[in-house]
Amino acid sequence: MTRVVVKRLLVGVLVMWGAASLIFVIVRAAPGDPATLLLGPDAAPDQIRELTAKLGLDRPLPVQYVSYLGDVVRLRFGDSYLFNRPAMAEVFERMPATAELMLASTAIAVIAGLTLGLIAGGRPGKVVDRVVSAGTIALQSFPTFWSGIMLILIFALALRLLPSAGSGTPAHLVLPAITLALPFTATVARLTRTSVAETMREQYINTARSKGLTERQVLLGHALRNSLIPVVTIIGLHMGGLMGGAVVVENVFAWPGVGTLVVDAVANRDYTVVQAATFLVAGIVMIFNLAADLVYSQLDPRIRLESAA
Amino acid sequence: MTDALEVAGLVVDLPGRGGPVRVVDDVSFDIPAATTVGLIGESGSGKTMTANAVIDLLPSGATTGGSLRWRGEELLRASRARRRQVRGHEIAMIFQDPLAALNPTQTVGRQVGEILRRAGQSPQQVRSRVIELLDRAGIPEPAARLRSYPHEFSGGMRQRAMIALALAGSPALLLADEPTTALDVTVQARILRLLRDIQEDEGLAMLLVSHDLRVVAHVAHQVVVMYAGRVAERGPTSAVLREPAHPYTRALVDSVPAVRTRTALAHPLPGTPATPANRPSGCAFHPRCPIAREVCRVEQPSVRSVGSGRWAACHFAEEA
Ligand SMILES: Nc1ncnc2c1ncn2[C@@H]1O[C@H](COP(=O)(O)OP(=O)(O)OP(=O)(O)O)[C@@H](O)[C@H]1O
Ligand code: SF4
Ligand SMILES: [Mg+2]
Repeated sequence: MTRVVVKRLLVGVLVMWGAASLIFVIVRAAPGDPATLLLGPDAAPDQIRELTAKLGLDRPLPVQYVSYLGDVVRLRFGDSYLFNRPAMAEVFERMPATAELMLASTAIAVIAGLTLGLIAGGRPGKVVDRVVSAGTIALQSFPTFWSGIMLILIFALALRLLPSAGSGTPAHLVLPAITLALPFTATVARLTRTSVAETMREQYINTARSKGLTERQVLLGHALRNSLIPVVTIIGLHMGGLMGGAVVVENVFAWPGVGTLVVDAVANRDYTVVQAATFLVAGIVMIFNLAADLVYSQLDPRIRLESAA
Repeated sequence: MTDALEVAGLVVDLPGRGGPVRVVDDVSFDIPAATTVGLIGESGSGKTMTANAVIDLLPSGATTGGSLRWRGEELLRASRARRRQVRGHEIAMIFQDPLAALNPTQTVGRQVGEILRRAGQSPQQVRSRVIELLDRAGIPEPAARLRSYPHEFSGGMRQRAMIALALAGSPALLLADEPTTALDVTVQARILRLLRDIQEDEGLAMLLVSHDLRVVAHVAHQVVVMYAGRVAERGPTSAVLREPAHPYTRALVDSVPAVRTRTALAHPLPGTPATPANRPSGCAFHPRCPIAREVCRVEQPSVRSVGSGRWAACHFAEEA
């Protein structure tokens, strides 16, 4: 077990290095430079040159890259160009709001998705199954910003049940969390459905039936756990995708999380904040994936044994 | 001797591409109490579907007809709840592939004890009964193996665990569908002996499904020979094997040297087996039958008495 964790962590370090390098290239390849943007259109060329030098952006790219990597290793991401305070502090400050959104969405998606998938997969081909399958395909095909706007139109503007933007009360969380959860719910439901339907064809399901169990007991006692194995992995992997969706949702609902911060930072060419945020997000995704692997091996004793050997 | 199970005119239709396929066609036989009945036939002859019909585990979409009388009670017309009550507690089943038949994510102890736990027994009661059952099934150090998972067992041990699982509900009838086919040749005989001992000790009725005549010859008191979903012949095992009353049974016997010691060479069965989906007219066996005549192609022979306790579906049973 420990060996597996160490191996995954090593791979994780490589992934983090890749992510850090990629973002370094991308922010610099984008048009527009920070000094110009910070000083405004009326700034003199001298001023711009001076600020560029101060930010270290006049050095050759390889030099910038090496010093950047050195900083990253020491978890130093420099100061935000815009706010003149550590970039990571800026990101950390926004983290709780994003975490709150993601947790709420994950809870919705897992509970709703598993329930729908279990109901549909337990009766493959029946009416419930077809309704759930059709519904989830529809959900998956809506873009997040569109479903977000639809929810705002219906629940905030037409019905006036919920606030359309901002944060502060639990009511503010409802629409963004549901918006972010919709495609994830569909994914979990579809995956659970397939997995449950497949498991229900296993021979040991007949063994369970031969003990005189009800279909419900068979489903919950024998099919559920085995069907969850692939689902858990996908939930873990999907948390990364959820992070991407959060950027969109936060901006649609003006939710003060990392997503709005990143979009603002990109607009202002605030490289250090973009780099810090990306690094943190990559780290979080990596941890989710590792956690998914570990839960997976706990659910399936055959994997537990193999990794111990 | 009272009959535990009376199968009369059993019919099973499975949905197929070109409409329903009759995979079990008018099958009748009895399983007397404390008796082992062997069910034999080539692959696809409907043995598994017959056993599955008895324990009500047919694939979804299957329809049944005829009668299954269990201790005088008609199972095919019993309520769902009643049929569920019979499953496991009165009729239990052992499957061909014990690795597939055991849940890979639950310990052996948990699976064997489930039926007891669900019946409301205390954890201590369940534990000691499961140890007893595993011990009865010949698993060494049963208390230590409770927490093992199926994949940690050898094939033979898994089938022993499956046997313990089937016995947990104290059934009166045990259906064993090819219980040794998936096992190593070396353990097959031991598992078979175990089943025979358990059947005798507990006075169980047993239906032993096999395509292997030697298995049936060793264990079964009576034998039912199936061909393409129908009964070809049935009767006491020794009499049927010594003097088959159906050309198909004779061909089966001739194909196994150990059963028929008079011939030195085994004669493999000629031709290809008929399937229920593609059943020849008249007697389904006629394309492969060495003594088939014109009438066999047109007229389906009905099962008739051909001696004491013996039944065969052949126009020319006396010449077989
Ligand atoms: N799930 C299913 N759906 C449709 N047809 C099936 C299904 N399972 C089996 N059959 C068909 O039913 C017929 C009887 O099958 P059955 O499994 O009872 O045969 P068997 O005698 O047990 O053979 P084997 O020795 O291969 O186990 C076969 O022709 C088979 O093709
Ligand atoms: S009925 Fe005819 S074809 Fe069928 S087994 Fe008897 S002799 Fe052969
Ligand atoms: Mg079979």
